[in-house]
Amino acid sequence: MLNFSLKQMGAALRAREISSVELTRLYLERIAAQNPLYNAYITVDPEMSLEQARLADELLSKGEAQPLTGIPVAQKDIFCAKGWRTTCGSKMLENFIAPYDAHVIEQFNKACAVNLGKTNMDEFAMGSSNETSHFGAVKNPWDRERVPGGSSGGAAAAVAARLCAAATGTDTGGSIRQPAALCGISGIKPTYGTVSRYGMIAFASSLDQAGPMARSAEDCALLLNLMTGFDERDSTSLQREREDYARDLDQPLKGLRIGLPREFFAEGLAPDVAARVEDAIAEYRKLGAVTVDISLPNSRLAVPVYYVLAPAEASSNLSRYDGVRYGYRAPEYADLSEMYERSRSQGFGEEVKRRIMIGTYVLSHGYYDAYYLQAQKIRRLIAQDFAEAFRQCDVIMGPTSPSTAFRLGEKGNDPVQMYLSDIYTIAVNLAGLPGMSIPCGFDGNGMPAGLQIIGNYFEEARMLNVAHQYQLATDWHQATPSGVIV
Amino acid sequence: MSLSTDDVRKVARLARLAMNDEEIEAARSQLSGIFNLIEEMQAVDTGGIAPMSHAQDLSQRLREDRVTESDQRERFQSIAPQVESGLYLVPQVIE
Repeated sequence: MLNFSLKQMGAALRAREISSVELTRLYLERIAAQNPLYNAYITVDPEMSLEQARLADELLSKGEAQPLTGIPVAQKDIFCAKGWRTTCGSKMLENFIAPYDAHVIEQFNKACAVNLGKTNMDEFAMGSSNETSHFGAVKNPWDRERVPGGSSGGAAAAVAARLCAAATGTDTGGSIRQPAALCGISGIKPTYGTVSRYGMIAFASSLDQAGPMARSAEDCALLLNLMTGFDERDSTSLQREREDYARDLDQPLKGLRIGLPREFFAEGLAPDVAARVEDAIAEYRKLGAVTVDISLPNSRLAVPVYYVLAPAEASSNLSRYDGVRYGYRAPEYADLSEMYERSRSQGFGEEVKRRIMIGTYVLSHGYYDAYYLQAQKIRRLIAQDFAEAFRQCDVIMGPTSPSTAFRLGEKGNDPVQMYLSDIYTIAVNLAGLPGMSIPCGFDGNGMPAGLQIIGNYFEEARMLNVAHQYQLATDWHQATPSGVIV
Repeated sequence: MSLSTDDVRKVARLARLAMNDEEIEAARSQLSGIFNLIEEMQAVDTGGIAPMSHAQDLSQRLREDRVTESDQRERFQSIAPQVESGLYLVPQVIE
């Protein structure tokens, strides 16, 4: 059952071969026994999960189930879920019980999927290793001395360790794709504006986008069907016709044009990862695809641009944490400004404070044009590079991350080294394009490598088709970490 | 680019973050490294390029001016650090 696809699991539930309560208990027991090994969850609440499972079983017995009814899904702790502690990985929100549901949570609730718990993450989604979480680092199920990636590291580890059927993540600069790659799972960040940001704790609003993390592209398609849709409470939510992201899964790939950006295969890429990505591309050629050499000349500027724009937006978004209406308040202070300063200094971790300071600086008087405006202009150049590339190809492929999972603590003291682990993912967020990562083999240490697939705007169904066809021809996505008992 | 401790102190004040001298110095060195990375942007000629704030270049949607939120004061105040008689309490600011 633990290795069932979501489609198979849904069928077993509808056939009443297993109840949602039984399935939820199975996962809750696994979490109780094995989560201490991985620290993938911040909060589990068996009573709340089982209550949802009982409701799902009622629907299932009445024959009113939807595709994900009764399926236990882990929610990243960035999504507000009514009655659930929602920490965003921060001491600032350690005791915050969300008074309302995020749109994403509402969508899962409407389908009567089970919220299995809230997954660990880098504090306020700022990190690429899950080490900035106030609740401790997550351990990679493939090697517990290594990081799972971040910021959706708890979600990726939970999927890889079979501690949930599927999970949600969010991706501002690579936070779905990079942990998916490092933990050997599949994840997709859809086109900006496709999934509502309502109730998703804000980091960098013009880049933040939620998406599914699961064991296959097919599972991701089913989850995306549920997560997307217009929501008037998010001012950047796009008004579009609903679509079935699974509709093209079975299309053949003959004639597919794959763009290979030369900048993604240059210096800085680990040889093992390069070799696995090249193997994957060879497999695509066997499936009938052709490759086209392309160039994204401004992509080298993506990291600098991102580290202006994302901290600028973050410094503004995180100004709301003032110790007045909710969140942490320092125990001692003499006056109002000391209350603000101490609450924020004690409530935020080092990386969050660092980014707030970068953002505050680049937005401060006299520097706005040189940093923020210049970054927004280069952002357009980066988006134009992609537009040019998509005249010559249908999808773009390359590595998701320059290396496989690194050791816990390895990049601890050098923020710039950590930032460079998102070198191939960030440009996609800046352009607002959809991007995904699927497993494509292992390095010499047995750590998974990820293949990144980038599509044009609203091409998610095509990307999922491209990923699914590869997963029919290969079995990397079915590999289970050796320490994980199934 | 190298930031001075005064620059960092000023930014910390603007960001409402209390930092001691040791923290200021640590932040100065790390922020300087990050700004060295960011400086790569300055070599790019962006004359005539319009800034891009959103991928889809949408204009802001308008909605009817009607009440959409119900009163949930008690629910919201139940998670506040300090409230009294329906009010949020902060240190006195006016004598």
